[in-house]
Amino acid sequence: MKGPAMDGLRTLDPALQREPAGAPRARWRRLASPPVFHHWAGRALPWFAALAAVLAAAGLFVGFVVAPTDHQQGEVYRIIFIHVPAAWMSMFIYLVAALHAGLGLVFHTRLSPLMARALAPTGALFTVIALWTGMAWGKPTWGTWWVWDARLTSELILLFLYLGYLGLVSAIDDPRRADRAGAILLLAGVVNVPIIYFSVQWWSTLHQGASISFTAAPTMARTMVLGLLLMALACWAYSVAAALARVRCLIAERDALGRRA
Amino acid sequence: MPLAVIPIVQRELRTAARRPMDALGALLFFVVVGTLFALAAGPDPVLLRAFGPGVVWVAALLSLLVSLHRLFLPELEDGVLEQLLLSPRSLLALVWAKVAAHWLVTCLPLLLVAPLLGLQFDLSTASIAVLLASLLLGTPTLSLLGALGAALTLGLRGNALLALIVLPLCVPVLVFGSGAVGASQQGMPVGPHLSILGAWLLLAAVLCPWAISAALRLALE
Repeated sequence: MKGPAMDGLRTLDPALQREPAGAPRARWRRLASPPVFHHWAGRALPWFAALAAVLAAAGLFVGFVVAPTDHQQGEVYRIIFIHVPAAWMSMFIYLVAALHAGLGLVFHTRLSPLMARALAPTGALFTVIALWTGMAWGKPTWGTWWVWDARLTSELILLFLYLGYLGLVSAIDDPRRADRAGAILLLAGVVNVPIIYFSVQWWSTLHQGASISFTAAPTMARTMVLGLLLMALACWAYSVAAALARVRCLIAERDALGRRA
Repeated sequence: MPLAVIPIVQRELRTAARRPMDALGALLFFVVVGTLFALAAGPDPVLLRAFGPGVVWVAALLSLLVSLHRLFLPELEDGVLEQLLLSPRSLLALVWAKVAAHWLVTCLPLLLVAPLLGLQFDLSTASIAVLLASLLLGTPTLSLLGALGAALTLGLRGNALLALIVLPLCVPVLVFGSGAVGASQQGMPVGPHLSILGAWLLLAAVLCPWAISAALRLALE
């Protein structure tokens, strides 16, 4: 990487960070510059991490202590407080990473591919959590660890897509090629995700009856919804914090590479 | 552009004819994988009929992958790729020619042998016809997706990565390809499956060559 702006990283000090007296609309765009973002991420990171911890503590308290026991599933249902937010995040992070990848490909922004790379491990982590907790819930409820249900199967394929992206990006030494090849793969995956979901749904209804109906479930108690909401927000805050921490490392790494080249 | 494609396809076919083991190896792999599945699962005809279509499709996908990592490698090594990039001609012609030649050399023989594998799994004549139609519509998509994986991983060590990238993207083709044969076995209409395979092929034909040439450009930087 031989970008002139990369060289500014070491010379960062608050005096250089002062905003020019320009229009306020242009201010947020300065965040697209890696050194500025590095500085901003460093300041925002503790807040998001603290927010994640507080929200997770509150969400777990509501979920495990306040929320009532489900009269059909008993205590087992409480795993949804982790499972559902993780499943949401796993899909959402893939979309966000692909969006960053697309921005990087089209506008040649330096930060976008780094954001995609920083987000992917968190997304893969949430995919694993969603699968793991889903299996742990399925064993006592369905009586089996694994069902070839459309949701489970497409979540598993999503994990493969994440792993393929991470594998490709880590196998390429040249950072520019790694960024852009990874972006192409992410975009190819994003075209595929809805088709995979649709095909797997069709496939599972062809081959076996639906194991359990999610749509017929009784409406949830208000405290359950509150717990779910708190945990979802905690996962959001955690994802932001983890991505910011990782992107700071990536920016510093690129800066060091640029210095050596 | 068609004028630019044809000579490259002819050259590819000529090199393939001089090294027949490459194409024959993939074909043999296809037959051996199919046979191994039958041996591993036992000779129960009901069972064989049930998973036959899936096995033929998985075997086709795997035998496609065997030769894939070498798709653009000769051009990279002898500098042809670089010359094409420098020439005013579009890289898309090379991409189309390579994918077409790969399909002709690797997939077309599979289509000729697939009925034999279908007989091994005790499929009816009608089901074998559907299997052929689904392979005819589905394997070009697999070639396109595989070429994308080959371009992205061009020059990298290890071809397990190529499989890891390509296989998840192939899920829809696999589902609808073997689904079409399954539907014909159960006496259901196969039109929808084949239509979706065709639609997926059109989508891949529009998007993949563009992505492949972008990936090839990256590999040369």
